Amino acid sequence: MAPSDTIVEPFPNVRINLRQPLWALLLAWLWPGAGHFYQGRHAKGLLFMVCILGTFFFGLALGEGKVVYAGDSGQRVTVTGWRRLIQRWPYFLQAGVGLPAAPALVQTAIVRRGGQPLFGGIMAPPRNDDELAAWNERLNVRFEMGTLFTMIAGLLNVLAMYDAFAGPVATEPGDDKRPPPDKDAGDKQK
Amino acid sequence: MLSLFAATSIVQLWYLVPLVVSVSLVYGATRHELPRPIFHQAFKTAVWMLTFMGVIFTILLLVSWSL
Repeated sequence: MAPSDTIVEPFPNVRINLRQPLWALLLAWLWPGAGHFYQGRHAKGLLFMVCILGTFFFGLALGEGKVVYAGDSGQRVTVTGWRRLIQRWPYFLQAGVGLPAAPALVQTAIVRRGGQPLFGGIMAPPRNDDELAAWNERLNVRFEMGTLFTMIAGLLNVLAMYDAFAGPVATEPGDDKRPPPDKDAGDKQK
Repeated sequence: MLSLFAATSIVQLWYLVPLVVSVSLVYGATRHELPRPIFHQAFKTAVWMLTFMGVIFTILLLVSWSL
């Protein structure tokens, strides 16, 4: 434990070493659960990682890798500046999972420059409205469900990021009470 | 009344299961630190969500009764 570490005690006898909260926040965003592993809260880190990444990749698989993309191929140039890179509004929520959603930005940049998308086109934007319509027709409800799952995963990671930054929100302090350390244990051994 | 059922495929309702489980567990983990209270909170959250959705579904069913 370093002197500059942040310690919180949200419940009686439950002390949590948040270490450097800003680093934990950043790590939690980059990879769900990583911030908690950094803090030594391995069980919660594993829980967040499995739940959030499981939801994200389940949604991605439902949509066959086509539900997470940042913008279009550039054929419809109706906006300028940074908004050209992210024109699909669900991506603002999907980006909440951090690095797992980052390939969408790379694929969009590649396609905008006229190149071929990588890895079979996963997270690449549709080339035009006709291709997007074909995706919706072929995938049907799975396209919407995949988008929904990936968006919810991003939102859930925002909750996990807050937990890594500030610890749990204690609404029912009675539930997490640990029994106090046995003060008589030393005397009993004598 | 049948229009409400026709608009909802039973297969699509299965998508609810992993979503409720995931949301409940993450919410529970943001409210507690120890495993037992986390799972207890997750269970309560899941029951609350399913009950709420069931109530809304029942209301919509009653509203669409005469349609």
